[in-house]
Amino acid sequence: MTGVVLKDIRKSYGQVKVLHGIDLDIAQGEFVVFVGPSGCGKSTLLRMISGLETITGGEMLIDGQVVNDVPPSRRGIAMVFQSYALYPHMTVYDNMAFGMRIAKESKEEIDRRVRAAADILQLTPYLDRLPKALSGGQRQRVAIGRAICRDPKVFLFDEPLSNLDAALRVATRIEIARLKEQMPDTTMIYVTHDQVEAMTLADRIVVLSAGRIEQVGPPLELYERPKNLFVARFIGSPAMNIMPVTVNETGAVTTVSLVDGKSVIVPISTETGANGKSASFGVRPEDLTIATGEDYLFEGKVSIVEALGEVTLLYIEGLSAKEPIIAKLPGIIDVKRGDTMRFSADPQKLHLFDADGQTYRR
Amino acid sequence: MLAQIASAMGVVVAGVFACALYYWLSDKLLSAALPVPEGDARKASANLNRRATIRPWLFLGPALLLLAVYLVYPVIATFILSFYDRSGGNFVGFANYRWAFFDAQFRQSIFNNILWLAVVPAACTFLGLVIAVLTDRIWWGNLAKSLIFMPMAISFVGASVIWKFIYEFRGGNETQIGLLNAIVRAIGGDPQVWISLPFWNNFFLMAILIWIQTGFAMVILSAALRGIPEETVEAAVIDGANGWQIFWKIMVPQIWGTIAVVWTTITILVLKVFDIVLTMTNGQWNTMVLANLMFDWMFRGGGDSGRSAVIALVIMAAVTPIMIWNIRQANRDMGDH
Repeated sequence: MTGVVLKDIRKSYGQVKVLHGIDLDIAQGEFVVFVGPSGCGKSTLLRMISGLETITGGEMLIDGQVVNDVPPSRRGIAMVFQSYALYPHMTVYDNMAFGMRIAKESKEEIDRRVRAAADILQLTPYLDRLPKALSGGQRQRVAIGRAICRDPKVFLFDEPLSNLDAALRVATRIEIARLKEQMPDTTMIYVTHDQVEAMTLADRIVVLSAGRIEQVGPPLELYERPKNLFVARFIGSPAMNIMPVTVNETGAVTTVSLVDGKSVIVPISTETGANGKSASFGVRPEDLTIATGEDYLFEGKVSIVEALGEVTLLYIEGLSAKEPIIAKLPGIIDVKRGDTMRFSADPQKLHLFDADGQTYRR
Repeated sequence: MLAQIASAMGVVVAGVFACALYYWLSDKLLSAALPVPEGDARKASANLNRRATIRPWLFLGPALLLLAVYLVYPVIATFILSFYDRSGGNFVGFANYRWAFFDAQFRQSIFNNILWLAVVPAACTFLGLVIAVLTDRIWWGNLAKSLIFMPMAISFVGASVIWKFIYEFRGGNETQIGLLNAIVRAIGGDPQVWISLPFWNNFFLMAILIWIQTGFAMVILSAALRGIPEETVEAAVIDGANGWQIFWKIMVPQIWGTIAVVWTTITILVLKVFDIVLTMTNGQWNTMVLANLMFDWMFRGGGDSGRSAVIALVIMAAVTPIMIWNIRQANRDMGDH
């Protein structure tokens, strides 16, 4: 049994193409998160699954049925909006009951389901209130409750936490994770631009950019083995350091030279054809350590020190023309601006991308 | 023509300048009367406080004076006149009120006014709402809206003259130049003298006001409809509501406050309806309304200030509560946003 299947899904508004053929299989009960920068098409894709946007091309299946022309209410989906989208003139109870009343459910059934949802979300004391008498977090819980009452096969979340403040965001995130545990058979699709939400909630993350899927995989796979430069830079904070290099030796391990001429051996195999070509060498800020001996990866001058207590961020000038290299070191470190420092990293945690930005790691 | 425009512009500029001068001068005088001496902090602060208390009254003064002369005084004078005879010279107690209670024409006017109240605000609001929704969905919606709004720019008398041609009747075998009678004849009916048809002629007069005011309702309600968050409609779509249910259960309740303000605004206008009746029938054929009755008693047949004062007070008593509610509702609506 499958949850949601997208086959070559396309979307265009007139001449403007927004999605260029999305292929994706989402299993029943899976929690999938779409991430990507603004305008990458992630919300559009979610709205196409919901049925609020028409599908320009391709085929979409929910629960094994083609739903391209099925209206939203018959797709077995429920959606939670960023702005909550509660009906302002209805009480919490009526907000949750509206869909069932439209579907002409019996009074007892409506009451049972509303009370069950209110119980899960601790909304029982607020059932008679209007949305304007609730806090942001409570409103979002009502929106989630309204979705639960629809008893959907697929739950859609469109940036549900973006309007909440930082503390509430964490609390509601945990609540959503708990909700997923209580509904193991319900598929959930969640759109966000916040990678922390993506990393913590997702079974699998779908990284989108400019209307295309860049990579699909479990959160840690995306973190450890990004398929291309875009994913490498998008997942992780601060973003992965990228340095331009030239490939010197290919084989089971690859030797590259940095712009200052220093050679680095990367334990990733390359074909002979890559020899002499330019490439991108990547290392995550948190994978860098201060080198003690002569065996180091690179050296540079510290331009900015950001001490956060828990970690210290060092900005190092030199090796890439565009941006400083960032090192994220645990704890408090006694470094001053202008110091020249040497850094090394576990060779297993180095990344190498070809001139087109695709990884050399197979 | 040019000279007239120039003189009108001159008056406007002089008026604005005079106002500014009044504010500036009165503030100067206030400052001079309540100086803020250096060194004496207590006196300075006391004087500053006094200035802040006096200043609003000073600035509002001219407007309050005008209101008193042209609004408060006439109300009181009307009230007093209603207890005097036709010349305003002899006290007659409640005789004018007793007359109104038993007068057939007065009752006819009250009945007609209630008829107007029942039909016109409802029709304007309903048509305005429907048109606002429909024109939001078509590409030529803005053109349609402009055309429907245009009668708002026509005076009631002008509109009545236009509609007189629509209801025009020609006797015998003359060509019917009235639009309505031309249509009736084209489909094989008998032409009618529409504005003298008892009872129904009221509705033909109401059509004129509806024609004028629908544009007003449409514009206000259209703006309110655009203020409805799109997501609430989308959520209702996902909940399975059809277009009819979304309109009545999601959209209309969210603009209920605006609908009420539009409704009451038109209600107040209807209570004061005068020009249309005067131009079309002058109250003949049982179309008399209160405002026209008041006008007739005051200025026709020698005048009777006592009886017309009673009618004026009845109109005011009907308008005031609606007006208060309307202003409160409008304030609350604005406070919400």
